[in-house]
Amino acid sequence: MSHRVNILEHELVPQHILLSEEEASKILKRMGISRRQLPWILASDPVAKAIGAKPGDVVMVIRKSPTAGVSVALRYVIRG
Amino acid sequence: MERGLTVEEARRVVDKVVLEYFRALVEPGEAVGMVAAQSIGEPSTQMTLRTFHFAGVRELNVTLGLPRLIEIVDARKTVATPVMEVYLTGDYARSKEKALEIARELELTTVENVSKAITMDYFEYSIIIELDPEMLENRGVSPEDVVKVLNRVKGKKGSIEVGDLTVVFRTGLDDAIKLRKIYDRVRGLRVKGIKGIKRAIVRYDEKLGEYKIITEGSNLVAALSIKGVDHRRTISNNIHEIAEVLGIEAARAAIIKEMTGVLEEQGLDVDIRHILLVADAMTLTGRVKQVGRHGVAGEKPSVLARAAFEITVKHLVDAAIRGEVEELKGAIENVIVGSKVVPMGTGAVKLLMSYPNMQQAPSSES
Repeated sequence: MSHRVNILEHELVPQHILLSEEEASKILKRMGISRRQLPWILASDPVAKAIGAKPGDVVMVIRKSPTAGVSVALRYVIRG
Repeated sequence: MERGLTVEEARRVVDKVVLEYFRALVEPGEAVGMVAAQSIGEPSTQMTLRTFHFAGVRELNVTLGLPRLIEIVDARKTVATPVMEVYLTGDYARSKEKALEIARELELTTVENVSKAITMDYFEYSIIIELDPEMLENRGVSPEDVVKVLNRVKGKKGSIEVGDLTVVFRTGLDDAIKLRKIYDRVRGLRVKGIKGIKRAIVRYDEKLGEYKIITEGSNLVAALSIKGVDHRRTISNNIHEIAEVLGIEAARAAIIKEMTGVLEEQGLDVDIRHILLVADAMTLTGRVKQVGRHGVAGEKPSVLARAAFEITVKHLVDAAIRGEVEELKGAIENVIVGSKVVPMGTGAVKLLMSYPNMQQAPSSES
């Protein structure tokens, strides 16, 4: 009767992409900020767990935005 | 060209669009937080007159208007009227009968719900359950289902006798107090459905042309894993629950959705960007944080800004004890101390000048 649910398919969950170390450093360097200055996401966040993000990683979130169509945000994975 | 525009006209249209785009941009140094607060705060004063307004689904009440708005920005752990919108897949969405089946799966049915009477026999130490055929039919439960759940609690000494519409549960105990305890437990035993769902109502969604279920009470995890429930669209109105089940980004999206929903329902026109900012601030740390004293406002780095918000003396004393430093970087604290230049707008820019050059500068010619 019940089955495993893939929460990544839910319409409220935007696409999360786990960035590689090089990609993350490159983007942050271009923006001139450090990781901790990004918004955070907990390592225990269900989506973070689903994509296998570990503390210290940077996750790219591709949101559908009512003003910009598509907007890209970054989140820094913290312990928790 | 297809619309009969000349190249010149088309260019002017493009220029106009570009101009509008630049007009919509926020200037550097703009105090967006304050503008957002004012822009949401003012319209919400117009809601106060219609404070305890319940509307929406005919059969059940949903908090709307100002109380709901407060609930959202306060990031309450428990909402006054938890509600889920359960969407269905395939055939379940197309036929009312199929949708009702799911509704029954959702709605919590206890032994008490399907019984006419439950009584205790103190001499026999047994519990007699008289089933109600109408309720059994209604909830889609058979007497066997009831027996099945009883089997789970009967223990070693207990036994169950099944009559036509009566079930006798011999507990095998010899203590009236224990009997009483087990009696209370039997009444609340779950026969069917999921915990927390008080009611499930099937409704026809005219916009989508399909059946969906509105529930009173919410339990997103359990609901999502039921077969026939569309796990892509089903949502709850509890932001914390969404954060827990679907993650912080989904919570952000839910805050935006809920807030625009409330404001729209009240006929108030608030620019979506203010709401986006609130949602971003609330989800900044990866946890859903309220705007008030235990969240966005209460965790400001500036002592004076915190003191200006609530419990002034306590904040000042605590800061003094801890030896906090006021950096005067924000707008509020600079207004308080009376700075001539507040670091926002044009005040956000600092002037950099090399001193030796200044001395060589030509003396004023006037």
